[in-house]
Amino acid sequence: MTERTETAAPAGAAPPADRPSPVSPAPAGAPVHKGAGTPGNGTGRWSGDAGESFRRNLGLVGVLVVLIVIGIVTRPDLYSDMNWVGDNIMSILTLASVVGVVTVGMTFVIIGGGIDLSVGAIVALAGVWSTTVATQSYGAGGMIFTAVVVAVCVGLVNGFLISYGRLVPFIATLAMLVAARGLAAEISDKQTQVSNNATINGIASNDVLGIPVLVFILAGVVAAGWVLLNRTTFGRRTVAVGGNPEAARLAGINVRRHSMLLYALSGLCCGIAAIMLTAQANSAQAAMANLYELDAIAAAIIGGTLLSGGRGTIVGSLLGVIIFATITNLFAINGLSTEAQNMVKGGIIVAAVLVQQFRFKSLTQLLARNKLRSTN
Amino acid sequence: MTEPAERPAADETVPAGVQSPNGTGPVGDPPPLVTPPADTVPGEVVLRLTDVVKTFPGVRALDGVQLEVRAGEVHCLLGQNGAGKSTLIKVLSGAHQPDSGQVEWLGEPVSFGNPQAAMKAGIATIYQELDLVEDLSVAENAFLGHEPRQLGFVRRGYMARQTREILARLGHPEIPPRRMVRSLPSAGKQIVSMARALSHEARLIIMDEPSAVLAHDEVGNLFRIIRELTAQGIAVIYISHRMEEIREIGDRVTVLKDGRTTAANLPARSTPTRDLVSRMTGRTIEYVFPDRPAETPAAEKLLEVRELSREGEFADVSLTVHAGEIVGIAGLVGSGRSELLETIFGARRASTGTVSMAGRQVRPGSVGAAVRAGMGMAPEERKSQALLLGEPIYRNVTLATFTRWARLGFTDAGRERAEANEVADRLELRPLDVRRPVRTLSGGNQQKVVVGRWLLGGTKLLLLDEPTRGVDVGARAELYQVIRALAARGVGVLLVSSEVPEVLGLADRVLVMREGRVVHEAPAGELDEDTVLDLVMAGSLMEGAPA
Repeated sequence: MTERTETAAPAGAAPPADRPSPVSPAPAGAPVHKGAGTPGNGTGRWSGDAGESFRRNLGLVGVLVVLIVIGIVTRPDLYSDMNWVGDNIMSILTLASVVGVVTVGMTFVIIGGGIDLSVGAIVALAGVWSTTVATQSYGAGGMIFTAVVVAVCVGLVNGFLISYGRLVPFIATLAMLVAARGLAAEISDKQTQVSNNATINGIASNDVLGIPVLVFILAGVVAAGWVLLNRTTFGRRTVAVGGNPEAARLAGINVRRHSMLLYALSGLCCGIAAIMLTAQANSAQAAMANLYELDAIAAAIIGGTLLSGGRGTIVGSLLGVIIFATITNLFAINGLSTEAQNMVKGGIIVAAVLVQQFRFKSLTQLLARNKLRSTN
Repeated sequence: MTEPAERPAADETVPAGVQSPNGTGPVGDPPPLVTPPADTVPGEVVLRLTDVVKTFPGVRALDGVQLEVRAGEVHCLLGQNGAGKSTLIKVLSGAHQPDSGQVEWLGEPVSFGNPQAAMKAGIATIYQELDLVEDLSVAENAFLGHEPRQLGFVRRGYMARQTREILARLGHPEIPPRRMVRSLPSAGKQIVSMARALSHEARLIIMDEPSAVLAHDEVGNLFRIIRELTAQGIAVIYISHRMEEIREIGDRVTVLKDGRTTAANLPARSTPTRDLVSRMTGRTIEYVFPDRPAETPAAEKLLEVRELSREGEFADVSLTVHAGEIVGIAGLVGSGRSELLETIFGARRASTGTVSMAGRQVRPGSVGAAVRAGMGMAPEERKSQALLLGEPIYRNVTLATFTRWARLGFTDAGRERAEANEVADRLELRPLDVRRPVRTLSGGNQQKVVVGRWLLGGTKLLLLDEPTRGVDVGARAELYQVIRALAARGVGVLLVSSEVPEVLGLADRVLVMREGRVVHEAPAGELDEDTVLDLVMAGSLMEGAPA
């Protein structure tokens, strides 16, 4: 028992003077740590995973800068024109907008420990459903309402099958991918349904203050997603359910209901994306939003969302989407093929995950070493 | 191999340097190990461990283990939970590498870098949870990883024939080699595990509680097989808590306690049970338990469990916990104690029976209902069941309560940190910075976070499952203080622990569970460790001892 001086000092006792401590030797019982943890000596390093996410996002910004530099180097003629640069930034963001909205929902699902392979199919179904002649007769409001309700309902079905039917998310949403596209083809009779609604079509063609409405929608969804994840009980539950479902359950969180809601949220994002995409094309068809699920998952992963759940950021996902859009743009302004572009994207996904694994490993090693040091 | 021979112990190699309980050992310990009388064991020494040490962060799991196993013997390993048996098995099977000390196999010093190496050398391990691939056939499992091949193709016919031969050797020619393992009963699966060992031409088979998965009458068959194996010169290390089995099948016994060999090579049949138990329990570490309150006033009934049963796990458990009382449950792993706790908490659904809090029945099978009724639980597996390791301390502390302080769904991070700070203060959490990720904390402090979670939001009853597992000695004493302090404030505590002294030292009242039933209940002061261990270990210690 004699060696316990460090660990078993009675409350309020002065900590050993030779090491920095966040607790000042205050009289016993005094509120010792208002502001405890404001970095004394090196505690900033431990400011949690938030710091880690921030650093990762900085890395993504770095990647983005590199891509822009490549653009400047390869097409100095274009970049010398500031008007073109402004337009190009807007076209990159517009390109990112639809997938970006889907990715926000996907990020929630993945942080919550699941996966949603059906997002592209939900977008198509919602788009087709909202552009039928009957729906269009209710005007823009009716179309938006229909798209959102259809998409949320499909998400709820996904969630129900996964949470209460105990299907593996991969399987349930894979089945939904197939089924929803099938239903979309059935409803549209495999035809392209033209949207005649000027308000809807205007979403894609109008600007406000020189910024496309689509970009505003993306910004709005991202902002709402960020607040939801970081400032609400819903976000906290999401992290808990994905990080350690058993711990969440034993803390009294209704894990099943929450997982179901996550898929509904993903559906909601798909519904919004469906309207955006319909507006862009002035039409909807069963094959629209093809492979969006892969783009969204890839963007989330590049953004640092852990596929096993429990960790991820909205900002990271947004950066992931923008990086992809920038690559597409880079290839377009250089007149290169989409085939080469896809190969580069594939390489970037692998590189991003490798870098993360490497970082995680070195972090755990650092922890282990630190632990040893502190116990000695 | 019948009676202990009168031979002198001269050639009986008792490993040198078997330590006495460490220098600070308290009085009243059993005497330090003396060379036990020799039991005649034929065969040369196949395995010898000398001073094997294995440490994990914060734990010295093996702290100088001596072990000697001879060809053709059944060598029993005895020790309480946490004595280091599992770690020892893992060292022998190549899953862990010792930090220091020597492992000699067939006279040569060896170091197994991985389980394959150990298996190749002829050491096979049959784990309690059999590691078979359920959807492969018996033959494929037996030869898993070393299938007989020709030109890259598995020689299926040959493999089946070999398997049939091995099964015949094990006395089970009726098991078809091409049968899926999934369709076999657990006794059959165990045979397949042994067939795998034999397919490697194992010379030493380690069996970790092999009887735990077997029905009573199947144990006899297991023993018959073990006898046949040893007759062929194969050595067996047999681990079991059941004394009567050790008496029946064992030749020699080595006792582990706190990672050390406290007795080696005792004759399995003739060593008095008292001796074995005292070697298992004699403490080298004195835990400091807080004093019990002088007298407990007749407090109100808080938790009342009536005839609670869950199929295959526990049956007809009735118990009460009063406000301010600590009730301890002693029992082995598998006695149903953890399952009981989880069922009371609603994490599992009871087959029959009721749980009431303060006179009101709690909706079964709902953790939410239990929490609302004022229960909180610190589960057995801290990391996998209780913590979000990457999240800050304060978010772990408030995991069960953050919704209460939220407004319109928006969390109140300031309030959460303040509440968490208060908890951290009360529990003397170190470090105090509640924004650190929980994974940077030591085991003891992580446990404080789990317990601390339930200090918020008016928890009236705390269910603690192995609260000090993986917690170092210093932090243990602190946790004990915390638990006692909670009880002093009127919180009822229901505590489960594998460590009998912990239950006896901390609890006011003790229930002993065995095989899913409460077999004894008494105030802690009226029980001692030996009695409880007797009760816990199938009550056969007394009968098994020779008169």
